[in-house]
Amino acid sequence: MIDLLHLDFFQRALLAGALLSLIGGLLSVFVILRRMAFIGVGISHSAFGGVALGFLLGVDPLWTGVGFAVLVALLIEWVRSQGRLEEDAAIGIFFAAAMALGVVFLHFSPTYNVDVFGVLFGNILAIGQVQLIQILIITLAVLATMAAIFKELVFLSFDEEMAWVSGVPVEALRCLFLVIMALVIIVSIYLVGIILVSALMVIPGAIARQLTQKVRTMIVVAMASALGSTLGGLYFSYQVDWPSGAAVVLLLSLLFMISTLVRRTRQRPIG
Amino acid sequence: MGSEAVQIRNLYLKFNHLLILENINLEIQAGRFVGVLGPNGAGKSSLLKVILGLVKPSRGEVLVFGETPHKLRRMRHLVGYLPQRPLGNPHFPVSVLEVVLMGRYGHIGLIKRPGATDKEIALRNLDRVGIAHLADRPIGELSGGEQQRVFIARALSAEPRLLLLDEPTVSLDVCSQDELYELINNVKLELNLTVIMVSHDIGAVASHVDDIICINRRIHVHQSPPIGRIALENTFGCSVEFLFHGEIPHRVVRVHDD
Repeated sequence: MIDLLHLDFFQRALLAGALLSLIGGLLSVFVILRRMAFIGVGISHSAFGGVALGFLLGVDPLWTGVGFAVLVALLIEWVRSQGRLEEDAAIGIFFAAAMALGVVFLHFSPTYNVDVFGVLFGNILAIGQVQLIQILIITLAVLATMAAIFKELVFLSFDEEMAWVSGVPVEALRCLFLVIMALVIIVSIYLVGIILVSALMVIPGAIARQLTQKVRTMIVVAMASALGSTLGGLYFSYQVDWPSGAAVVLLLSLLFMISTLVRRTRQRPIG
Repeated sequence: MGSEAVQIRNLYLKFNHLLILENINLEIQAGRFVGVLGPNGAGKSSLLKVILGLVKPSRGEVLVFGETPHKLRRMRHLVGYLPQRPLGNPHFPVSVLEVVLMGRYGHIGLIKRPGATDKEIALRNLDRVGIAHLADRPIGELSGGEQQRVFIARALSAEPRLLLLDEPTVSLDVCSQDELYELINNVKLELNLTVIMVSHDIGAVASHVDDIICINRRIHVHQSPPIGRIALENTFGCSVEFLFHGEIPHRVVRVHDD
Protein backbone atom coordinates (compact mmCIF):
# COMPACT_ATOMS: atom_id res chain seq x y z
CA MET A 1 0.00 0.00 0.00
CA ILE A 2 2.76 2.44 0.98
CA ASP A 3 4.65 1.63 -2.22
CA LEU A 4 1.52 2.16 -4.25
CA LEU A 5 0.96 5.62 -2.81
CA HIS A 6 4.40 6.68 -3.96
CA LEU A 7 3.62 5.94 -7.59
CA ASP A 8 2.89 9.14 -9.52
CA PHE A 9 0.13 7.70 -11.68
CA PHE A 10 -1.59 6.15 -8.69
CA GLN A 11 -1.46 9.41 -6.74
CA ARG A 12 -3.07 11.21 -9.69
CA ALA A 13 -5.70 8.50 -10.01
CA LEU A 14 -6.56 8.69 -6.30
CA LEU A 15 -6.78 12.48 -6.32
CA ALA A 16 -8.87 12.58 -9.51
CA GLY A 17 -11.10 9.78 -8.21
CA ALA A 18 -11.62 11.60 -4.92
CA LEU A 19 -12.61 14.85 -6.64
CA LEU A 20 -14.97 13.07 -9.03
CA SER A 21 -16.59 11.19 -6.14
CA LEU A 22 -17.35 14.45 -4.36
CA ILE A 23 -19.16 16.06 -7.30
CA GLY A 24 -20.70 12.79 -8.47
CA GLY A 25 -22.03 12.11 -4.97
CA LEU A 26 -23.39 15.64 -4.67
CA LEU A 27 -25.18 15.53 -8.01
CA SER A 28 -26.55 12.04 -7.47
CA VAL A 29 -28.61 13.36 -4.54
CA PHE A 30 -30.48 15.69 -6.86
CA VAL A 31 -30.64 13.08 -9.61
CA ILE A 32 -32.48 10.83 -7.12
CA LEU A 33 -34.69 13.58 -5.67
CA ARG A 34 -35.61 14.90 -9.12
CA ARG A 35 -35.97 11.40 -10.63
CA MET A 36 -33.48 12.15 -13.39
CA ALA A 37 -31.65 8.81 -13.46
CA PHE A 38 -32.55 8.16 -17.09
CA ILE A 39 -31.44 11.64 -18.17
CA GLY A 40 -28.03 10.80 -16.70
CA VAL A 41 -27.89 7.68 -18.87
CA GLY A 42 -28.97 9.73 -21.89
CA ILE A 43 -26.40 12.48 -21.41
CA SER A 44 -23.52 10.10 -20.77
CA HIS A 45 -24.21 7.99 -23.83
CA SER A 46 -24.66 11.11 -25.99
CA ALA A 47 -21.22 12.19 -24.85
CA PHE A 48 -19.85 9.30 -26.87
CA GLY A 49 -20.72 11.24 -30.04
CA GLY A 50 -18.82 14.27 -28.79
CA VAL A 51 -15.78 12.32 -27.62
CA ALA A 52 -15.60 10.53 -30.98
CA LEU A 53 -15.83 13.90 -32.75
CA GLY A 54 -12.84 15.02 -30.70
CA PHE A 55 -10.87 11.98 -31.90
CA LEU A 56 -11.91 12.70 -35.49
CA LEU A 57 -10.90 16.37 -35.35
CA GLY A 58 -7.81 15.69 -33.27
CA VAL A 59 -8.88 18.02 -30.43
CA ASP A 60 -9.22 17.34 -26.70
CA PRO A 61 -12.29 15.02 -26.49
CA LEU A 62 -13.18 16.63 -23.14
CA TRP A 63 -14.41 19.82 -24.82
CA THR A 64 -16.20 18.21 -27.77
CA GLY A 65 -17.74 15.78 -25.29
CA VAL A 66 -18.92 18.64 -23.06
CA GLY A 67 -20.35 20.46 -26.08
CA PHE A 68 -22.21 17.41 -27.28
CA ALA A 69 -23.52 16.45 -23.86
CA VAL A 70 -24.71 19.99 -23.09
CA LEU A 71 -26.37 20.23 -26.51
CA VAL A 72 -28.21 16.94 -26.04
CA ALA A 73 -29.20 17.84 -22.47
CA LEU A 74 -30.69 21.14 -23.63
CA LEU A 75 -32.42 19.44 -26.59
CA ILE A 76 -34.06 16.98 -24.19
CA GLU A 77 -35.16 19.93 -22.04
CA TRP A 78 -36.51 21.76 -25.10
CA VAL A 79 -38.54 18.77 -26.27
CA ARG A 80 -39.90 18.38 -22.75
CA SER A 81 -40.92 22.05 -22.56
CA GLN A 82 -42.83 21.72 -25.83
CA GLY A 83 -45.02 19.20 -24.04
CA ARG A 84 -45.69 17.04 -27.12
CA LEU A 85 -43.39 14.13 -26.35
CA GLU A 86 -42.62 12.40 -23.08
CA GLU A 87 -39.17 13.12 -21.70
CA ASP A 88 -38.08 9.47 -21.67
CA ALA A 89 -38.92 9.14 -25.37
CA ALA A 90 -36.85 12.25 -26.16
CA ILE A 91 -33.93 10.83 -24.16
CA GLY A 92 -34.17 7.49 -25.93
CA ILE A 93 -34.11 9.14 -29.35
CA PHE A 94 -31.31 11.63 -28.72
CA PHE A 95 -28.92 9.26 -27.03
CA ALA A 96 -29.27 6.65 -29.75
CA ALA A 97 -28.75 9.30 -32.44
CA ALA A 98 -25.72 10.76 -30.66
CA MET A 99 -24.13 7.31 -30.20
CA ALA A 100 -24.77 6.47 -33.87
CA LEU A 101 -23.02 9.71 -34.82
CA GLY A 102 -20.17 8.68 -32.54
CA VAL A 103 -19.77 5.36 -34.34
CA VAL A 104 -19.63 7.19 -37.69
CA PHE A 105 -17.06 9.69 -36.35
CA LEU A 106 -14.93 6.83 -35.01
CA HIS A 107 -15.16 5.06 -38.36
CA PHE A 108 -13.58 8.05 -40.07
CA SER A 109 -11.02 8.90 -37.40
CA PRO A 110 -7.52 7.43 -37.22
CA THR A 111 -8.60 4.90 -34.60
CA TYR A 112 -5.23 3.19 -34.22
CA ASN A 113 -4.22 5.78 -31.60
CA VAL A 114 -7.62 6.02 -29.91
CA ASP A 115 -8.38 4.24 -26.64
CA VAL A 116 -12.03 3.43 -27.31
CA PHE A 117 -12.13 0.85 -24.54
CA GLY A 118 -10.85 3.48 -22.10
CA VAL A 119 -13.59 5.89 -23.15
CA LEU A 120 -16.29 3.28 -22.77
CA PHE A 121 -15.15 1.76 -19.48
CA GLY A 122 -12.81 4.31 -17.93
CA ASN A 123 -9.08 4.27 -17.37
CA ILE A 124 -8.30 6.48 -14.42
CA LEU A 125 -4.81 5.02 -13.97
CA ALA A 126 -3.84 6.53 -17.34
CA ILE A 127 -4.85 10.03 -16.30
CA GLY A 128 -2.29 12.79 -16.94
CA GLN A 129 -1.42 16.09 -15.28
CA VAL A 130 -3.57 18.07 -17.74
CA GLN A 131 -6.66 15.98 -17.10
CA LEU A 132 -6.11 16.22 -13.36
CA ILE A 133 -6.11 20.02 -13.62
CA GLN A 134 -9.23 19.93 -15.80
CA ILE A 135 -10.96 17.78 -13.19
CA LEU A 136 -9.85 20.11 -10.39
CA ILE A 137 -11.17 23.22 -12.16
CA ILE A 138 -14.49 21.59 -13.01
CA THR A 139 -14.84 20.27 -9.45
CA LEU A 140 -14.35 23.74 -7.99
CA ALA A 141 -16.74 25.32 -10.50
CA VAL A 142 -19.41 22.69 -9.85
CA LEU A 143 -19.11 22.93 -6.05
CA ALA A 144 -19.34 26.75 -6.15
CA THR A 145 -22.35 26.76 -8.51
CA MET A 146 -24.16 24.07 -6.56
CA ALA A 147 -23.63 26.00 -3.32
CA ALA A 148 -25.07 29.13 -4.96
CA ILE A 149 -28.26 27.42 -6.17
CA PHE A 150 -28.57 24.78 -3.45
CA LYS A 151 -31.77 25.92 -1.75
CA GLU A 152 -33.51 26.61 -5.06
CA LEU A 153 -32.55 23.16 -6.35
CA VAL A 154 -34.14 21.57 -3.30
CA PHE A 155 -37.31 23.60 -3.90
CA LEU A 156 -37.33 22.64 -7.60
CA SER A 157 -36.96 18.98 -6.67
CA PHE A 158 -39.78 19.30 -4.15
CA ASP A 159 -42.30 21.19 -6.29
CA GLU A 160 -41.33 22.95 -9.49
CA GLU A 161 -44.63 24.73 -10.01
CA MET A 162 -44.60 26.19 -6.51
CA ALA A 163 -40.98 27.21 -6.96
CA TRP A 164 -42.02 29.25 -10.01
CA VAL A 165 -44.93 30.82 -8.16
CA SER A 166 -42.56 31.71 -5.32
CA GLY A 167 -40.36 33.70 -7.70
CA VAL A 168 -37.57 31.14 -8.28
CA PRO A 169 -36.09 31.28 -11.85
CA VAL A 170 -37.12 27.70 -12.60
CA GLU A 171 -36.30 27.42 -16.32
CA ALA A 172 -32.82 28.92 -15.95
CA LEU A 173 -32.06 26.60 -13.02
CA ARG A 174 -33.30 23.52 -14.88
CA CYS A 175 -30.94 24.31 -17.75
CA LEU A 176 -28.06 25.18 -15.42
CA PHE A 177 -28.46 21.88 -13.60
CA LEU A 178 -28.41 19.98 -16.90
CA VAL A 179 -25.21 21.78 -17.92
CA ILE A 180 -23.61 20.94 -14.56
CA MET A 181 -24.71 17.34 -14.97
CA ALA A 182 -23.20 17.20 -18.47
CA LEU A 183 -19.89 18.59 -17.14
CA VAL A 184 -19.70 16.13 -14.25
CA ILE A 185 -20.62 13.22 -16.50
CA ILE A 186 -17.91 14.10 -19.01
CA VAL A 187 -15.12 14.33 -16.45
CA SER A 188 -16.37 11.19 -14.71
CA ILE A 189 -15.80 9.28 -17.95
CA TYR A 190 -12.12 9.23 -17.00
CA LEU A 191 -13.00 7.27 -13.87
CA VAL A 192 -15.70 4.78 -14.91
CA GLY A 193 -16.28 5.32 -18.64
CA ILE A 194 -19.35 6.22 -20.65
CA ILE A 195 -21.17 2.94 -20.07
CA LEU A 196 -20.81 3.01 -16.29
CA VAL A 197 -20.89 6.73 -15.54
CA SER A 198 -24.62 6.76 -14.82
CA ALA A 199 -23.86 4.50 -11.84
CA LEU A 200 -21.86 7.33 -10.28
CA MET A 201 -24.77 9.71 -10.97
CA VAL A 202 -27.36 7.47 -9.31
CA ILE A 203 -26.06 4.94 -6.78
CA PRO A 204 -24.51 7.26 -4.16
CA GLY A 205 -27.77 9.25 -3.99
CA ALA A 206 -29.80 6.04 -3.82
CA ILE A 207 -27.66 4.76 -0.93
CA ALA A 208 -28.09 8.05 0.93
CA ARG A 209 -31.84 8.06 0.28
CA GLN A 210 -32.10 4.69 2.06
CA LEU A 211 -30.28 5.86 5.14
CA THR A 212 -31.15 9.51 5.76
CA GLN A 213 -34.11 11.84 6.22
CA LYS A 214 -32.54 15.22 5.46
CA VAL A 215 -31.13 16.62 2.24
CA ARG A 216 -27.90 17.80 3.87
CA THR A 217 -27.14 14.47 5.52
CA MET A 218 -28.11 12.79 2.26
CA ILE A 219 -25.37 14.77 0.54
CA VAL A 220 -22.78 13.84 3.17
CA VAL A 221 -23.66 10.14 2.98
CA ALA A 222 -23.72 10.18 -0.84
CA MET A 223 -20.32 11.88 -1.06
CA ALA A 224 -18.87 9.54 1.55
CA SER A 225 -20.11 6.39 -0.17
CA ALA A 226 -18.86 7.60 -3.56
CA LEU A 227 -15.49 8.49 -2.05
CA GLY A 228 -15.20 5.20 -0.16
CA SER A 229 -16.13 3.13 -3.21
CA THR A 230 -13.76 5.01 -5.49
CA LEU A 231 -10.72 4.81 -3.20
CA GLY A 232 -11.53 1.25 -2.17
CA GLY A 233 -12.24 0.22 -5.75
CA LEU A 234 -9.01 1.71 -7.06
CA TYR A 235 -6.91 0.02 -4.41
CA PHE A 236 -8.68 -3.32 -4.81
CA SER A 237 -8.53 -3.28 -8.61
CA TYR A 238 -4.80 -2.55 -8.53
CA GLN A 239 -4.17 -5.38 -6.06
CA VAL A 240 -6.08 -8.04 -7.98
CA ASP A 241 -5.64 -6.55 -11.46
CA TRP A 242 -9.27 -5.84 -12.23
CA PRO A 243 -10.53 -3.01 -14.46
CA SER A 244 -10.67 -0.04 -12.05
CA GLY A 245 -13.94 1.55 -13.26
CA ALA A 246 -15.82 -1.71 -12.96
CA ALA A 247 -14.39 -2.31 -9.48
CA VAL A 248 -15.63 1.12 -8.32
CA VAL A 249 -19.13 0.53 -9.70
CA LEU A 250 -19.32 -2.97 -8.22
CA LEU A 251 -18.28 -1.66 -4.82
CA LEU A 252 -20.94 1.08 -5.06
CA SER A 253 -23.56 -1.52 -5.97
CA LEU A 254 -22.51 -3.65 -3.02
CA LEU A 255 -22.89 -0.63 -0.72
CA PHE A 256 -26.35 -0.07 -2.15
CA MET A 257 -27.35 -3.67 -1.34
CA ILE A 258 -26.06 -3.23 2.20
CA SER A 259 -27.92 0.08 2.60
CA THR A 260 -31.14 -1.64 1.49
CA LEU A 261 -30.62 -4.33 4.12
CA VAL A 262 -29.86 -1.73 6.78
CA ARG A 263 -33.01 0.16 5.93
CA ARG A 264 -35.08 -2.99 6.04
CA THR A 265 -33.79 -3.93 9.47
CA ARG A 266 -34.56 -0.41 10.68
CA GLN A 267 -38.11 -0.80 9.35
CA ARG A 268 -38.47 2.90 8.79
CA PRO A 269 -41.27 4.04 6.49
CA ILE A 270 -39.06 6.10 4.20
CA GLY A 271 -38.17 5.91 0.55
CA MET B 1 -54.17 51.38 -9.27
CA GLY B 2 -57.80 50.82 -8.35
CA SER B 3 -59.14 48.60 -5.64
CA GLU B 4 -59.42 45.62 -7.98
CA ALA B 5 -57.26 42.69 -6.96
CA VAL B 6 -57.97 40.77 -10.16
CA GLN B 7 -59.26 42.00 -13.52
CA ILE B 8 -59.85 39.56 -16.35
CA ARG B 9 -61.02 40.73 -19.77
CA ASN B 10 -62.22 38.62 -22.73
CA LEU B 11 -60.13 35.69 -21.60
CA TYR B 12 -60.00 32.46 -23.59
CA LEU B 13 -57.87 29.45 -22.73
CA LYS B 14 -57.34 26.55 -25.10
CA PHE B 15 -55.42 23.36 -24.43
CA ASN B 16 -54.83 21.04 -27.39
CA HIS B 17 -57.63 22.76 -29.31
CA LEU B 18 -59.99 22.14 -26.41
CA LEU B 19 -61.64 25.27 -25.04
CA ILE B 20 -61.09 25.31 -21.26
CA LEU B 21 -62.18 28.87 -20.51
CA GLU B 22 -64.41 30.95 -22.76
CA ASN B 23 -64.92 34.70 -22.77
CA ILE B 24 -64.20 35.23 -19.08
CA ASN B 25 -64.79 38.75 -17.80
CA LEU B 26 -64.26 39.16 -14.11
CA GLU B 27 -63.35 41.78 -11.53
CA ILE B 28 -62.52 40.84 -7.97
CA GLN B 29 -62.37 43.66 -5.44
CA ALA B 30 -59.47 43.73 -3.01
CA GLY B 31 -60.32 42.31 0.39
CA ARG B 32 -63.08 39.96 -0.79
CA PHE B 33 -63.31 36.24 -0.09
CA VAL B 34 -64.41 34.66 -3.37
CA GLY B 35 -65.48 31.06 -3.83
CA VAL B 36 -65.15 29.42 -7.24
CA LEU B 37 -67.62 26.60 -7.80
CA GLY B 38 -68.05 24.23 -10.69
CA PRO B 39 -68.03 20.58 -11.72
CA ASN B 40 -64.88 18.57 -12.46
CA GLY B 41 -63.09 19.78 -15.57
CA ALA B 42 -64.91 23.12 -15.54
CA GLY B 43 -61.68 25.11 -15.62
CA LYS B 44 -61.54 26.09 -11.93
CA SER B 45 -57.86 25.23 -11.43
CA SER B 46 -57.03 26.65 -14.86
CA LEU B 47 -58.54 29.98 -13.81
CA LEU B 48 -56.20 30.07 -10.79
CA LYS B 49 -53.20 29.14 -12.95
CA VAL B 50 -54.02 31.93 -15.39
CA ILE B 51 -54.15 34.42 -12.52
CA LEU B 52 -50.80 33.11 -11.25
CA GLY B 53 -49.22 33.34 -14.71
CA LEU B 54 -48.48 29.59 -14.72
CA VAL B 55 -50.65 29.19 -17.82
CA LYS B 56 -50.71 31.69 -20.67
CA PRO B 57 -54.20 32.55 -21.94
CA SER B 58 -54.88 32.02 -25.65
CA ARG B 59 -56.57 35.41 -25.77
CA GLY B 60 -57.51 38.20 -23.42
CA GLU B 61 -55.92 39.97 -20.50
CA VAL B 62 -55.28 39.26 -16.84
CA LEU B 63 -54.26 41.96 -14.40
CA VAL B 64 -53.44 41.35 -10.76
CA PHE B 65 -53.32 44.57 -8.75
CA GLY B 66 -53.11 46.39 -12.09
CA GLU B 67 -50.08 44.44 -13.41
CA THR B 68 -49.67 41.34 -15.54
CA PRO B 69 -48.90 38.23 -13.48
CA HIS B 70 -45.37 37.97 -14.93
CA LYS B 71 -44.52 41.60 -14.20
CA LEU B 72 -45.91 41.22 -10.70
CA ARG B 73 -43.71 38.15 -10.18
CA ARG B 74 -40.62 39.97 -11.44
CA MET B 75 -41.39 42.82 -9.02
CA ARG B 76 -41.44 40.17 -6.26
CA HIS B 77 -45.03 40.99 -5.40
CA LEU B 78 -45.88 37.35 -5.03
CA VAL B 79 -49.22 35.63 -4.94
CA GLY B 80 -49.86 33.04 -2.24
CA TYR B 81 -50.89 29.70 -3.71
CA LEU B 82 -52.05 26.39 -2.31
CA PRO B 83 -52.04 23.88 -5.17
CA GLN B 84 -54.48 21.01 -5.34
CA ARG B 85 -51.88 18.32 -4.61
CA PRO B 86 -49.13 20.19 -2.81
CA LEU B 87 -47.15 17.13 -1.72
CA GLY B 88 -46.17 15.24 -4.87
CA ASN B 89 -43.61 13.08 -3.09
CA PRO B 90 -44.72 12.30 0.50
CA HIS B 91 -41.27 10.99 1.43
CA PHE B 92 -39.28 14.00 0.30
CA PRO B 93 -36.61 14.60 2.97
CA VAL B 94 -37.51 18.11 4.20
CA SER B 95 -38.81 19.39 7.51
CA VAL B 96 -41.94 21.48 8.01
CA LEU B 97 -39.91 24.64 8.67
CA GLU B 98 -37.85 24.08 5.51
CA VAL B 99 -41.04 23.81 3.47
CA VAL B 100 -42.43 27.03 4.92
CA LEU B 101 -39.10 28.82 4.34
CA MET B 102 -39.39 27.92 0.63
CA GLY B 103 -42.09 30.56 0.45
CA ARG B 104 -39.35 33.11 1.22
CA TYR B 105 -36.91 32.02 -1.53
CA GLY B 106 -38.23 34.49 -4.12
CA HIS B 107 -37.50 37.34 -1.71
CA ILE B 108 -34.13 35.97 -0.57
CA GLY B 109 -32.73 35.38 -4.09
CA LEU B 110 -29.98 33.03 -5.23
CA ILE B 111 -26.75 32.39 -3.28
CA LYS B 112 -27.97 33.83 0.03
CA ARG B 113 -29.32 31.58 2.75
CA PRO B 114 -32.48 32.30 4.73
CA GLY B 115 -31.70 34.85 7.43
CA ALA B 116 -33.11 35.52 10.90
CA THR B 117 -35.97 37.61 9.49
CA ASP B 118 -36.99 34.84 7.08
CA LYS B 119 -37.02 32.28 9.88
CA GLU B 120 -39.02 34.66 12.05
CA ILE B 121 -41.62 35.13 9.29
CA ALA B 122 -41.82 31.38 8.66
CA LEU B 123 -42.24 30.58 12.36
CA ARG B 124 -44.83 33.33 12.80
CA ASN B 125 -46.87 31.85 9.95
CA LEU B 126 -46.55 28.35 11.38
CA ASP B 127 -47.81 29.77 14.65
CA ARG B 128 -50.65 31.54 12.82
CA VAL B 129 -51.88 28.23 11.37
CA GLY B 130 -51.47 26.57 14.75
CA ILE B 131 -48.65 24.08 14.12
CA ALA B 132 -45.50 25.85 15.33
CA HIS B 133 -44.77 22.77 17.49
CA LEU B 134 -44.35 20.63 14.35
CA ALA B 135 -41.62 22.83 12.79
CA ASP B 136 -38.85 20.22 12.95
CA ARG B 137 -40.90 17.20 11.85
CA PRO B 138 -40.46 15.65 8.39
CA ILE B 139 -43.32 16.87 6.18
CA GLY B 140 -44.36 13.31 5.28
CA GLU B 141 -45.10 12.39 8.91
CA LEU B 142 -47.90 14.94 9.29
CA SER B 143 -51.61 14.27 8.84
CA GLY B 144 -53.45 15.60 5.79
CA GLY B 145 -54.92 18.53 7.70
CA GLU B 146 -51.58 19.45 9.24
CA GLN B 147 -49.91 19.31 5.82
CA GLN B 148 -52.50 21.69 4.36
CA ARG B 149 -51.68 24.10 7.19
CA VAL B 150 -47.97 23.85 6.37
CA PHE B 151 -48.64 24.73 2.74
CA ILE B 152 -50.88 27.64 3.74
CA ALA B 153 -48.06 28.87 6.01
CA ARG B 154 -45.69 28.59 3.04
CA ALA B 155 -48.08 30.60 0.85
CA LEU B 156 -48.34 33.27 3.57
CA SER B 157 -44.56 33.45 3.96
CA ALA B 158 -44.30 34.99 0.48
CA GLU B 159 -46.15 37.92 2.13
CA PRO B 160 -48.87 38.01 -0.51
CA ARG B 161 -51.86 40.32 -0.78
CA LEU B 162 -53.73 37.73 -2.83
CA LEU B 163 -54.17 34.12 -1.72
CA LEU B 164 -55.33 31.41 -4.14
CA LEU B 165 -56.51 28.10 -2.70
CA ASP B 166 -57.25 25.11 -4.92
CA GLU B 167 -59.54 22.62 -3.17
CA PRO B 168 -57.95 23.19 0.25
CA THR B 169 -60.20 20.70 2.04
CA VAL B 170 -60.51 17.97 -0.53
CA SER B 171 -58.81 15.20 1.44
CA LEU B 172 -59.95 16.25 4.92
CA ASP B 173 -62.64 14.88 7.21
CA VAL B 174 -65.59 17.13 8.05
CA CYS B 175 -64.18 18.45 11.35
CA SER B 176 -60.81 19.31 9.81
CA GLN B 177 -62.62 20.95 6.90
CA ASP B 178 -64.51 23.31 9.20
CA GLU B 179 -61.34 24.11 11.13
CA LEU B 180 -59.49 24.90 7.91
CA TYR B 181 -62.25 27.22 6.63
CA GLU B 182 -62.21 29.03 9.94
CA LEU B 183 -58.44 29.33 9.78
CA ILE B 184 -58.55 30.76 6.25
CA ASN B 185 -61.16 33.28 7.34
CA ASN B 186 -59.07 34.38 10.33
CA VAL B 187 -55.91 34.70 8.28
CA LYS B 188 -57.75 36.70 5.63
CA LEU B 189 -59.05 39.16 8.21
CA GLU B 190 -55.77 39.42 10.11
CA LEU B 191 -53.61 40.03 7.02
CA ASN B 192 -56.23 41.90 5.01
CA LEU B 193 -55.98 39.46 2.11
CA THR B 194 -58.03 38.91 -0.99
CA VAL B 195 -58.80 35.18 -1.13
CA ILE B 196 -59.96 33.13 -4.10
CA MET B 197 -60.88 29.56 -3.15
CA VAL B 198 -61.73 26.83 -5.62
CA SER B 199 -63.98 24.07 -4.33
CA HIS B 200 -66.79 21.79 -5.28
CA ASP B 201 -68.13 21.74 -1.75
CA ILE B 202 -71.09 24.07 -2.33
CA GLY B 203 -72.35 24.19 1.22
CA ALA B 204 -69.00 25.10 2.72
CA VAL B 205 -68.26 27.72 0.09
CA ALA B 206 -71.68 29.32 0.45
CA SER B 207 -71.31 29.63 4.21
CA HIS B 208 -67.83 31.15 4.23
CA VAL B 209 -67.36 33.47 1.25
CA ASP B 210 -68.45 36.96 0.20
CA ASP B 211 -68.95 36.25 -3.50
CA ILE B 212 -69.44 33.12 -5.53
CA ILE B 213 -68.24 32.52 -9.04
CA CYS B 214 -69.85 29.59 -10.80
CA ILE B 215 -67.71 28.33 -13.59
CA ASN B 216 -68.25 25.79 -16.30
CA ARG B 217 -66.00 27.03 -19.13
CA ARG B 218 -67.99 30.29 -18.94
CA ILE B 219 -68.64 32.09 -15.68
CA HIS B 220 -71.58 33.37 -13.71
CA VAL B 221 -70.93 35.72 -10.83
CA HIS B 222 -73.23 35.86 -7.82
CA GLN B 223 -72.87 38.79 -5.48
CA SER B 224 -73.79 37.10 -2.27
CA PRO B 225 -74.95 33.72 -1.04
CA PRO B 226 -77.20 31.88 -0.79
CA ILE B 227 -77.36 31.09 -4.46
CA GLY B 228 -80.39 29.50 -6.04
CA ARG B 229 -81.00 26.16 -7.57
CA ILE B 230 -81.28 27.53 -11.12
CA ALA B 231 -77.84 29.15 -10.94
CA LEU B 232 -76.24 25.94 -9.72
CA GLU B 233 -78.02 23.87 -12.34
CA ASN B 234 -76.75 26.22 -15.05
CA THR B 235 -73.23 25.70 -13.81
CA PHE B 236 -73.25 21.99 -13.12
CA GLY B 237 -75.27 21.17 -16.24
CA CYS B 238 -77.52 18.74 -14.41
CA SER B 239 -80.51 18.93 -12.13
CA VAL B 240 -79.53 19.48 -8.52
CA GLU B 241 -81.30 19.02 -5.26
CA PHE B 242 -80.56 20.94 -2.09
CA LEU B 243 -80.44 19.36 1.29
CA PHE B 244 -81.00 22.39 3.49
CA HIS B 245 -79.17 22.91 6.70
CA GLY B 246 -80.34 26.22 8.07
CA GLU B 247 -80.56 28.71 5.26
CA ILE B 248 -77.69 27.33 3.31
CA PRO B 249 -77.77 24.42 0.91
CA HIS B 250 -75.72 21.75 2.60
CA ARG B 251 -75.22 19.38 -0.22
CA VAL B 252 -76.08 18.95 -3.85
CA VAL B 253 -77.08 15.63 -5.32
CA ARG B 254 -77.97 14.79 -8.86
CA VAL B 255 -81.70 14.33 -9.51
CA HIS B 256 -82.37 11.29 -11.60
CA ASP B 257 -84.79 11.69 -14.47
CA ASP B 258 -86.29 8.23 -14.21
